[in-house]
Amino acid sequence: MATFSTSEFKSGLKVLIDGEPCSILENEVVKPGKGQAFNRVRMRNLKNGRVWERTYKSGESLEGADVMETDMQYLYTDGEFWHFMKTDGSFEQIAADESAITDAKIWLKEEDIYTIVLWNDAPISVTPQNFVELEVVDTDPGLKGDTAQGGTKPATLSSGAVVKVPLFVTIGDVLRVDTRTSEYQNRVTK
Amino acid sequence: MREFFAQRGVLEVDTPTLMPTTATDIYIDSYRVDSAASFLQTSPEFALKRLLAAGSGSIYQLGKVFRREAPSKRHNHEFTLCEWYRVGMNLNQLMDEVEALVQTVFSAAGSQRTAAIKIERLSYRALFETHFAIDPHRVSLDKLAALAEQSLDIVAADLSRTDYLQLLLSHCIEPNLPEACFIFDYPVEQAALARLENDEVGQLVARRFELFLGGMEVANGYFELLDQAEQRARFVADIAERARRGFDEVPIDEALLAALAEGMPECSGVALGVDRLVMAALGIDDIARVIAFPQPRPSA
Repeated sequence: MATFSTSEFKSGLKVLIDGEPCSILENEVVKPGKGQAFNRVRMRNLKNGRVWERTYKSGESLEGADVMETDMQYLYTDGEFWHFMKTDGSFEQIAADESAITDAKIWLKEEDIYTIVLWNDAPISVTPQNFVELEVVDTDPGLKGDTAQGGTKPATLSSGAVVKVPLFVTIGDVLRVDTRTSEYQNRVTK
Repeated sequence: MREFFAQRGVLEVDTPTLMPTTATDIYIDSYRVDSAASFLQTSPEFALKRLLAAGSGSIYQLGKVFRREAPSKRHNHEFTLCEWYRVGMNLNQLMDEVEALVQTVFSAAGSQRTAAIKIERLSYRALFETHFAIDPHRVSLDKLAALAEQSLDIVAADLSRTDYLQLLLSHCIEPNLPEACFIFDYPVEQAALARLENDEVGQLVARRFELFLGGMEVANGYFELLDQAEQRARFVADIAERARRGFDEVPIDEALLAALAEGMPECSGVALGVDRLVMAALGIDDIARVIAFPQPRPSA
């Protein structure tokens, strides 16, 4: 893999830091008039999502990380791995483990499309679409005539996520939910 | 700005942009123009000093200079510098004059930060005592490295005391500076072309100041070094350090040294980045917005 010097740093560049794949978010040159230049770099660790700022002496370089993003279809889980299939017609499958699936686990629905980040061809993160549609499998019965008050109650979705929903929602409803905030958007059926 | 200098009897001069020698500063990189065996000037300093030695009296130059460095929100490789020298002035008097110029430009810009802007004066020592409880003139390299490691996630090999001081200043102190301030009396290693003197506690310091507006370095002033032999020694040391680091070789400006040997009058001089002054006056945080055709930079 190529190496990149500080002058080539830009947002979106994928590099290896302490052996982990990271994405550069921002790169700022700090150069005192008479002094050594530094690059102040904000980056995200692509494995655990941590965002932090690190300063490099200008001229240092980092090894590039072989990282690519691809959309894949979720198939099933065997309890240990979660299996996805490429959507390019190759039917090629990959298996993501617990460390890659993490937050996405509660949003999985068979046949839906997910964004998978591959590092050296192995999945390191799985991200659901911003909005998904899921069925309610459990919630308390609604209280009649209380819709105007905007009250909420918890509802468990088929994927396992628990979201706050309006009181009129009942078991069997299909809801549109924002996966980034776990917020109810609207009812799709019924 | 020209009116400001005309009223004060400072003569405008114009010296070449292409000269056979250039700054030897380790971290100032010049564009070399091979076909002319010359360098695009990073500042008109050497030429202006030759005029001073020839008896010009107080002079200024307002024009373009070039520095070969990565573009950023505060850097454009070609920029406008206002550099002036005041015969017989000490550093405090020159800071007064810089303050007056800033007020003039701010009021001309109709800036919210009115002409009445007061520029605080803080010593380099006071800043490091306040922020890190260390004396920057005496602190050890190890202590500085430990402080940098505590305060920042830093990846850098082979940093000197000066590098660490500048790192801490630019990353930790600058963002917390008053809206407008001068920093004065620098460590001797950062003397460049400033004279060394003992300060009020008997510490040898470089009689230098920098102006910061909104945490951004805008001007750099010296009580000028007149001693030809010391100037040569500093050039030689710079060139040796450049060679050690594998940086471009630059020749010594013998014409400047000859002028110093002839005798340059006691004076203070300052170089002020005009684009940055305009940024500060208008409250703009990106130099590309005050230049018609800015240097392209990678999307960051």
